[in-house]
Amino acid sequence: MAIMAETRLMTLQPDGKLLKGARPSMDEEFLLDALRWMLLSRLYDEKVIGLQRQGRFGVYSPGLGQEASIVGSSMALDPERDWIVPQYRELMAIVRHGYPLEKITATYMGKTTEATRIPEGVNVLPTQVALAAQLPQAVGLAWGLKLQGKDAVVMAYIGDGGSSEGDFHEALNLAGVQKVPIVFFMQNNQWAISTPRSLQSATPSFSLRAAGYGFPGVEVDGNDIFAVYQAAVEAVRRARAGDGPTLIESVTYRMGFHNTTDNPSRYEDKEQRADFERRDPIDRVVRYLRSLGLLDEQREDNLRAEVSAEVDRVIEAAAAEPGVRPDGMFDNVYERPPARVLKQREQFRGSNGNA
Amino acid sequence: MAMPERNVVEAINNALTEEMERDPRVMLLGLDVGRLGGVFRTTSGLIEKYGASRVVDTPLAEASIIGASLGLAVSGMVPVAEIQFLGFTAQAFHQIGPQLGKYRHRSRGRYHAQVTIRAPFGGGIRSPEFHSDAVEAQFVQSPGIKVVMPSNPYDAKGMLLEAIRDPDPVLFCEPDRLYRLYRMEVPDGDYTVPFGKAVVAREGKDVTLVAWSAAVELCQRAAAKLAEEDIEASIVDLRTLVPLDVETLVNAVAATGRCVIVHEAPLSAGFGAEVAATLAEEAFYDLDAPIARVASWDIPFPPASMEHWYLPSVDRVVEAAKRTAAA
Ligand SMILES: Cc1ncc(C[n+]2csc(CCOP(=O)(O)OP(=O)(O)O)c2C)c(N)n1
Ligand SMILES: [Mg+2]
Repeated sequence: MAIMAETRLMTLQPDGKLLKGARPSMDEEFLLDALRWMLLSRLYDEKVIGLQRQGRFGVYSPGLGQEASIVGSSMALDPERDWIVPQYRELMAIVRHGYPLEKITATYMGKTTEATRIPEGVNVLPTQVALAAQLPQAVGLAWGLKLQGKDAVVMAYIGDGGSSEGDFHEALNLAGVQKVPIVFFMQNNQWAISTPRSLQSATPSFSLRAAGYGFPGVEVDGNDIFAVYQAAVEAVRRARAGDGPTLIESVTYRMGFHNTTDNPSRYEDKEQRADFERRDPIDRVVRYLRSLGLLDEQREDNLRAEVSAEVDRVIEAAAAEPGVRPDGMFDNVYERPPARVLKQREQFRGSNGNA
Repeated sequence: MAMPERNVVEAINNALTEEMERDPRVMLLGLDVGRLGGVFRTTSGLIEKYGASRVVDTPLAEASIIGASLGLAVSGMVPVAEIQFLGFTAQAFHQIGPQLGKYRHRSRGRYHAQVTIRAPFGGGIRSPEFHSDAVEAQFVQSPGIKVVMPSNPYDAKGMLLEAIRDPDPVLFCEPDRLYRLYRMEVPDGDYTVPFGKAVVAREGKDVTLVAWSAAVELCQRAAAKLAEEDIEASIVDLRTLVPLDVETLVNAVAATGRCVIVHEAPLSAGFGAEVAATLAEEAFYDLDAPIARVASWDIPFPPASMEHWYLPSVDRVVEAAKRTAAA
């Protein structure tokens, strides 16, 4: 018995040419905006990895190589009414959705305070370290928004690794039963730390799993911004129309490392990596725009310089954010803390000479 | 007009009904809570009154019941989730302690989780495996979660209303052995029992019994038996483990100088250990005898036909109280 994999949605070929008969899902201005976001993602990653090496930045999981996936998915959302429930490797998605990059940067620089939290009115939930735990929560959020008659869609992110968790199954199952307005966006970047995709599941395509929950699944070339955006727009449209969830598998590659403590040379397959290098999501867009005469070398250099300056400005602003108070760790545990906890805070203040 | 009398099931049902009537954001979700009205009938009649979108029979998956409740709360709903038996919180443990409990903290106050988890528990009703496990202490190690353990119908209603209105997550453990044991006066209409206020359920000068949930009822029977032998036991009903009312506990133990802690959970690292440690810190010089604990044995909950040998009994409490009173 053969299990059929879905066909993979692709529009823009690695050489920057449109697939025969395919039409771009973004107009030129929108594409230039997308390119700007992708460059911000890449240049930011490169810069903060450097900062991390100098001990000025926390453990960090870059989105290198996944920029089309991260940016293209989030651009299908309306930050005013839609919600993002992240895992952790979608930084620019939540930034585009309204969480200021300098606040996130400050947090990575140790400034975990109320001033750097997700601001009021920004429809983003905290990043999730416990893999897949965000998914049932995202389903509840979408369910509650639907019950209250709000015109809102939730986009929940998950990795290929996280999709093996029980919470993944429970969440997709419940989402199907309640037909909630949600898009499950899986970044299949081929790795869960050192565990390859082939050891994560025997399914030929993660997108096939959606059938088991009673809603559509689509597989897209995650390094093709047009394809990612097109699939996301369609899934958001379905959710908004009351047609329920969609699972999108975005096939991409983690060009960096798992995080700043990881060394992929111990386990990575060089050929696979080289193959994806040729399919770089940013190069592809640049080639396409070149072929249309919309981006000459000068303009590209200017764009890179602009984005790079923005990254510097963000890091400077983050460095200027006030630091933590030691007893701040007692804040925001309860609205009305138990007497015992208040007593412990007094004890801590006494021992720590903290006001 | 005589005040209505209710058992624990009726008190809980009454609290849920009144709160769903008062606050349209309140919704119930869990296994069999709708059409069946819950395996113990605590939610009986509610789906008929409030419909299937506010009283939801969920898929059989505990982690998603709790995880979805968190998301529902963030969206602006006030979910009351039922885990059919406390033992099956294991399947949802991560969504309870680490997720619900920490959500306010993890989001640095941007979000909070106004979620109540109701869960029946405890032995003495000959339930199948896993159904009776008294795992309340596991959640005491999850900061952010309140752990509340009513011991009678009046408290069950007042504490459930308090739980639903609490902006933070509350684990509300229901003593299934007491569900239909007796009725007492439980008023119609609104009242709450505040958390962090233990109560002296019986006055006595010779020894102080400390308990919560169904073990309070056990202590009442033990105290009656002790009285026949001229030993007057007081009983402290802690009512909530988090927050813990240290003051009432310490005062009641200091008054007799003798303390026996009684709980249904296995002895080692049960919440009784926390009570004993607190008394050692705060009441050491008022103690006239070593603190004693009567608990279940440190073994798995046995098959129903043997549960009476496993659970703390009147005889074991009486024996420990006599020994402590005489020491
Ligand atoms: C429940 C859980 N188990 C283990 C870990 C440790 N861990 C962190 S990231 C990771 C791999 C995740 O892979 P994937 O979901 O594919 O996301 P990616 O890092 O590739 O973006 C692991 C095992 C964790 N954070 N949570
Ligand atoms: Mg991965």
